[in-house]
Amino acid sequence: MIKGAIVIDTERCKGCAVCTEACPKQVISISKNVNGKGYNYAEATGIDNCIGCASCAIVCPDGVISVYKAKL
Amino acid sequence: MARELKLMKGNEAIARAMIASGTDGYFGYPITPQSEVMETLMLEKPWETTGMTVLQAESEMASINMVYGGAATGKKVATSSSSPGISLMQEGLTYLAGAEIPCLVVNVMRGGPGLGTIQPSQSDYFQSVKGGGHGDYQLYTLAPASVQEMYDFVFDAWDIAFKYRNPVLILSDGAIGQCMEKLYTRDYVPRWTEEERRKNAPWGTWGKPADRNHNIITSLELDSGRQEIFNLKLQAKYAEMKEKEVRYEALNCEDADYIIVAYGSSSRISMKAMQMAREKGLKVGLFRLITLFPFPTKQLNEVSKKCKGILTVEMSAGQMVEDVRLATECRVKVEHFGRFGGIIPTPTEVLEALENKIIK
Amino acid sequence: MTTADIIKPENLVYTKTKVLTDAVMHYCPGCGHGTAHRIIAEVIEEMGIQDKTIGIAPVGCSVLAYNYFDVDFQEAAHGRAPALATAAKRLNPDRFVFTYQGDGDLAAIGTAETIHACNRGENITMIFINNGIYGMTGGQMAPTTLVGMKSATTPYGRNVALNGYPLRITELIATLPGTRFVTRQSVHTPAAVRKAKTAIRKAFENQKDNKGLSFVEIVSSCNSGWKMTPVQANHWMEENMFPNYPIGDIKVDGKIVEGVDINRLVVDHPLTVVK
Repeated sequence: MIKGAIVIDTERCKGCAVCTEACPKQVISISKNVNGKGYNYAEATGIDNCIGCASCAIVCPDGVISVYKAKL
Repeated sequence: MARELKLMKGNEAIARAMIASGTDGYFGYPITPQSEVMETLMLEKPWETTGMTVLQAESEMASINMVYGGAATGKKVATSSSSPGISLMQEGLTYLAGAEIPCLVVNVMRGGPGLGTIQPSQSDYFQSVKGGGHGDYQLYTLAPASVQEMYDFVFDAWDIAFKYRNPVLILSDGAIGQCMEKLYTRDYVPRWTEEERRKNAPWGTWGKPADRNHNIITSLELDSGRQEIFNLKLQAKYAEMKEKEVRYEALNCEDADYIIVAYGSSSRISMKAMQMAREKGLKVGLFRLITLFPFPTKQLNEVSKKCKGILTVEMSAGQMVEDVRLATECRVKVEHFGRFGGIIPTPTEVLEALENKIIK
Repeated sequence: MTTADIIKPENLVYTKTKVLTDAVMHYCPGCGHGTAHRIIAEVIEEMGIQDKTIGIAPVGCSVLAYNYFDVDFQEAAHGRAPALATAAKRLNPDRFVFTYQGDGDLAAIGTAETIHACNRGENITMIFINNGIYGMTGGQMAPTTLVGMKSATTPYGRNVALNGYPLRITELIATLPGTRFVTRQSVHTPAAVRKAKTAIRKAFENQKDNKGLSFVEIVSSCNSGWKMTPVQANHWMEENMFPNYPIGDIKVDGKIVEGVDINRLVVDHPLTVVK
């Protein structure tokens, strides 16, 4: 079984939400909190469903998402 | 290799000097009266001998921007045009000055304004030294008065351009471009090797090796604080040019009661007028500018201390005359004489002007 | 297996390429420029040509591109990048030269430089970001602004009688013999990004093999200029930009691709309003 995980640099995220739509597993949502620039940043609220496909990272205009994947 | 004696047009001399001085690239566009520069380069096929690239572009705007793109990689790149074409290049020139890119631009002036005429003129003085483009910048400007100088100044241009990281303008005119005179050639200066290029242009965009940050060639600086500091640095550069790189020629000025100030073709005509005046017992000298920027302010001021009047001779409505008045602090009478529309004044006319406007 | 166990260096499958600097990009949230920068930088990294690449930035939103690529870069005057690239490449034939321009830069003021660099078949890679608007200067009409599309200078919608037709510059240059590979891509979905990156890789490979000019248009959104959210803008782009600027390869190995209507220069798909 493959398990994935992502790390979002929330300080650099601009909250564009393009990743939330790209993720096949609805792992990401936009936080109520804001970062230093006042952007509601993206958060991996459904991290357990992550399969490490990197769709989110691939569409992220600011390259703020790092993706990990491991076999169980 | 001994210097060879040749006979050729000024425009041809520019082209041959570009090849001989190790120029890497020439990008230009046809315009009378200087098309022979590119025609000669195409005939010589230097890409087969020195490896020099020559390309006819789709416009003068494309040409000057090709100079920018090529020179920004640390290469010796040149273009040439004539007045209307140089007007089209003004944006490129201020970008080149703003990005501190060494390069060579040759303007073989023709009569203006507008489409004007194809005959010689010197009415681009202001455009050349007072900034034809926007912003505070200067082009090191050399004014050849002979086919030999058209040749030699190309070599000199490269030294100044890379020493100061600044565009150099050779400001000639249709007469010098089109007339044939003898000249002595100079030994071939090989194009730079890769190592020489990296040493002479460490700032160039030739591909970022691991051991340095990436180079950026730009004239953009949105931070006003930094842009002011950059402008002050440019002004210091121009001040240094004024201090160390002024070139001029003073003939018979020591005992002169009256001095003619001129450059390029006008200085050749004025030399004859000076001789005619001397034969009439008039003590006349000739102060010939070779660099228009930096202007020989101190030198002209010095030489004119003892004289009673100055006549400037320019094929224009009088542009350099203003700088002569400033340089001599209006201590003496300074008047202008010139013809327009491509008409070249005669020595007799110059002498008459000297007598009517200055001596009487 | 907790998340913490997964987040380990050995499990890393994707992260920002080192060919991009650490500078935070000034682009608006969701702007295609950032994504386009990233995949170009990834191609440069994967081909191992960071020390041989020269980039040329335009005037427009991506005027500061040179701060984001850890690659030697030149800043061109508005529209002149193809001219700079022509000389940079001809004087340094063993380097990789690419231009990066917006629609105003490439298809308005730079039209002549674009057409002539393509017609000469310069051995360079041209990247063209088409978002149908002038972003940097505040959302004015661009050559590719669609008929009926509002902008700061077409507040009532672009009107053909007043502003002429949207320009399909990419079809135009595809007809020039000098162009080798001409394609139109987008970067708003994972699949689209992968295809766009493949196209960019092909463009750089063409350059490596001296095959002439490769031209990659990336249709992108401009949510600030279009006054939508990034996600809405991507949907609006699919419904309006794509029908007028069809995605896909237009010319491959110097030949127009089967089924591409190269002569359809009139942009005539009516606009929809995003939900």
